[in-house]
Amino acid sequence: MTLHTVNKSPFEANSLETCLRLARSGHSVLLFEDGVYAASKGTKFEAMLIKAMQNCKVHVLLPDFEARGMKTENLIAGVNTVDYAGFVDLVTESERVQSWL
Amino acid sequence: MASIDVNGKSVEVDEEGYLVNLNEWTADAAKILSAQDELELTDSHWEVINFLREYYEEYQIAPAVRVLTKAIGKKLGPEKGNSKYLYELFPYGPAKQACRFAGLPKPTGCV
Amino acid sequence: MEESGVIKKFLYVNRRAPYGSIYALESLEVVLIGAAFEQDVSLAFIDDGVYQLKKNQATDGIGMKNFSPTYNALGDYDISKIYVDKDSLEERGLTLDDLMNLTWEDENDNYAKKPSISLVNSEELAALMEQQDVVLSF
Repeated sequence: MTLHTVNKSPFEANSLETCLRLARSGHSVLLFEDGVYAASKGTKFEAMLIKAMQNCKVHVLLPDFEARGMKTENLIAGVNTVDYAGFVDLVTESERVQSWL
Repeated sequence: MASIDVNGKSVEVDEEGYLVNLNEWTADAAKILSAQDELELTDSHWEVINFLREYYEEYQIAPAVRVLTKAIGKKLGPEKGNSKYLYELFPYGPAKQACRFAGLPKPTGCV
Repeated sequence: MEESGVIKKFLYVNRRAPYGSIYALESLEVVLIGAAFEQDVSLAFIDDGVYQLKKNQATDGIGMKNFSPTYNALGDYDISKIYVDKDSLEERGLTLDDLMNLTWEDENDNYAKKPSISLVNSEELAALMEQQDVVLSF
């Protein structure tokens, strides 16, 4: 399994878009730093993320999400929240990590 | 910044003796740099130095020693494209030392 | 350097245009340094990364070093697998002809010059990424 990490806002960079285009079924995607904005409801990227969740597990680093003024009720349904330890677990469970900078 | 004197002109070199400005290189600069290493340049040395300058001109890098050895072998023949021959010419390392004489930066990846 | 170390598959993923940031040049330097370790190296150019391979770069006017000729040396460093994302290229109105003609010499085929660049679609690129031991992003 590949863990894809995205740390850029989808409004700033196309990292998330390219990541989701190239992630394969069964992969995991972790949103952190400015990448977490993609996990909140109501953005123009919501549909893209929901579609990706049919094949991939999407995680968000909760401290980064909350730091930016968002609460879990703003989270798109189905997105899993992880803390730093959970981030580490994801990395160790994965065969490779691919960072989308 | 250190410098060397080439026919009365001061040419800047970095702390390891590599020219700071590639354009300031002349054959005389090469002779002065090699004299610092107590080495007298022969035609065989010049073959390699000229090769390095051409390589840099084309690719904008100083080749790693492995790449240099292979390319010299292809261009000048297998009797020259081996580390024994090149180390005899340039005892401090064919890439490192020859690049310095050729006025090039230290090869990428050399420490 | 391990004489008999295990050979791993490394993929360098390049997604930034040259000159606007240091990523492209840094990646190229890491690739050249890493080549000394004689691993199984591939390069992928995706998104703005495809601009790194554009022909006719001329940087005299911006006072920066034009490092595009160095991509031509990759073949000397035994790097012959360069993958360009077809979608990224097309989105930018470019074709393979707009890119530098990078080649490598096949020692097992009388040093025949062969093209290093392959255009790949999303599926091929995804499959390629999944075969890697290590993916390095720039």
